Amino acid sequence: MTTTDTAPPRVEDAEPSEPRGWQFNSPLVLIMLLLVGIVLQGPIRGALSAPVMQSWMTVFVAVMVQALPFLVLGVLLSAVIAVFVPPSFFARALPGRPALAVPVAGMAGAVLPGCECASVPVAGALVRRGVTPAAALAFLLSAPAINPIVLTATAVAFPGKPQMVLARFVASLLVACTMGWLWQRLGRADWLRPPTRPASDGLGKGAAFWGSVRHDVMHAGGYLVVGAMAAATLKAVVPEEWLSLAADNPVVSVLALAVLAVLLSICSEADAFVAASLTQFSLTARLTFLVVGPMIDLKLFAMQTATFGREFALRFAPATFALAVLVSALVGAVLL
Amino acid sequence: MNRQAQAAVLFLTGGAILHAALTDLYLRYVKAGLQPLLVAAGVVLIATAAATIWYERRAAGTSGGDDIAAEAPARTGALARTGALAQVGTPADPHGQAHTDAAADDAEAHAHTHAHREPRISWLLVLPLLALILVAPPALGSYSAMRTGTALQKQPWGFADLPAGGTVRLNLVDYAGRAAYDHGRSLDHRHIKIAGLLALDRDGTPYLVRMALSCCAADAQPVKIGLTGRIPPVLRPDTWLEATGTYTAKQTKDPLNDGIIPFLHVTELKPVKAPRDPYDESWNG
Repeated sequence: MTTTDTAPPRVEDAEPSEPRGWQFNSPLVLIMLLLVGIVLQGPIRGALSAPVMQSWMTVFVAVMVQALPFLVLGVLLSAVIAVFVPPSFFARALPGRPALAVPVAGMAGAVLPGCECASVPVAGALVRRGVTPAAALAFLLSAPAINPIVLTATAVAFPGKPQMVLARFVASLLVACTMGWLWQRLGRADWLRPPTRPASDGLGKGAAFWGSVRHDVMHAGGYLVVGAMAAATLKAVVPEEWLSLAADNPVVSVLALAVLAVLLSICSEADAFVAASLTQFSLTARLTFLVVGPMIDLKLFAMQTATFGREFALRFAPATFALAVLVSALVGAVLL
Repeated sequence: MNRQAQAAVLFLTGGAILHAALTDLYLRYVKAGLQPLLVAAGVVLIATAAATIWYERRAAGTSGGDDIAAEAPARTGALARTGALAQVGTPADPHGQAHTDAAADDAEAHAHTHAHREPRISWLLVLPLLALILVAPPALGSYSAMRTGTALQKQPWGFADLPAGGTVRLNLVDYAGRAAYDHGRSLDHRHIKIAGLLALDRDGTPYLVRMALSCCAADAQPVKIGLTGRIPPVLRPDTWLEATGTYTAKQTKDPLNDGIIPFLHVTELKPVKAPRDPYDESWNG
């Protein structure tokens, strides 16, 4: 019985798509890398002593150090969902009709006290656990924007302007739910193609749990590095004068801050303070910054690619961006 | 990267984070309040590394003893998944991606006791590791400060009375707020001591700067005050100085964002040791 079952994998195993020598050598490569780094420590430090390089490195390391605890939190939660919470739980907790499940999941985002790095792996685990993708995506978008920590930070950063907090909450929730419903109408299941994961079938719960944690940290962490490098480059290289040029025209200013939010990739717990300091911009433009940032930025795009696949991220990110800009402009016009 | 190498990267990253969190190194990059979270994250990463090694060894041990019994469930699982993936994937993907995915998944599950195919992107995690261990870049200084507009903000709750006495030591952000928005009312006829980082603009005007931080260095923003009066002819940017002086009504606007930069009339300027936390975190409450 087992022999007939196991025969095909043995054949596939010999496929030449992956050079085997590379696989066996990765600890060696790692040791070499670390050794070269230590040996060349002096020259590397010399090359990095220019102020541009120093501030690049500082911002790069800062984004990583700041995001890691939240990534780890999200990864742990996602592993718990993947291993210990049975799929039937979500079937009972969420309304059966996807159209109703979307707003419920969107509101549920309010209870995840973290920033966007935590919400991506959690949403990934929800999808794998059988939650309607539309609902999981609404959760993914709303969680980093409307949780109490972020809303409190917004209130502190904009003293005397409580309407900013309300506008952020309303606009973010609206975008999240609309994206969920959009996905339900237009989305196709085959766009969601999570990259291959280690098979956890046949493993004990402990092994599956730690395997999931390891895989997610390594995978999403790698993509996080890409986002951190992009954010550091923007912060260290692009002069802020460019921004002032955009502040005068109301339409251009909204678009400029939306793009800035994508490029800067700041944690959603801190973006309100940055928005508050962009005093030359209108409140609506700054609201756009606060709504777009937690939903889509370079680091998030990279992590969404890691969790849901490139096909998905390439469609989802631009749609989210456009909708977030539109909704913030409308909400800003009404509330601010 | 196979699982041994992954375990090594996880262990080193966890170790580096723990080291940074338990010394004052982390204060160069993030707010002080993140320390417990960083310690927890470091511990989890190290535990993940340990668990990876442990399960890896156990898997190797069982398959060495009883090969077929240990691997059979994993393989049937892999077969089932192969079928499912091919069904979902084939119509969507004309490039045969589904097939390679399925094959890779298969190989991964099958090769449980041998090599493991893991995403190459993980190698990038070596970069921040090297940066943190080998370089440990300094806190943001005058370069970033002079590229970013001053973040001085009006406080809604007014200003507390200053303690009595001749000379009063003030936080730079506090002084800037009083000077800019309180017209220096509480500052008249007082000698004031302020510590900060020296920065020079293009014309050579000296500023004393504190970078204010709300979460991590990526959102750090400077609060600047200008220095007039008795200034030494040669000043090096990025040195920590303590300025003693008096309030002056002189102000200027930051060309970057039109923010107010108040001035201090300096009578004495002397170098001091950098504070433990290089950033001003008064916004964090």
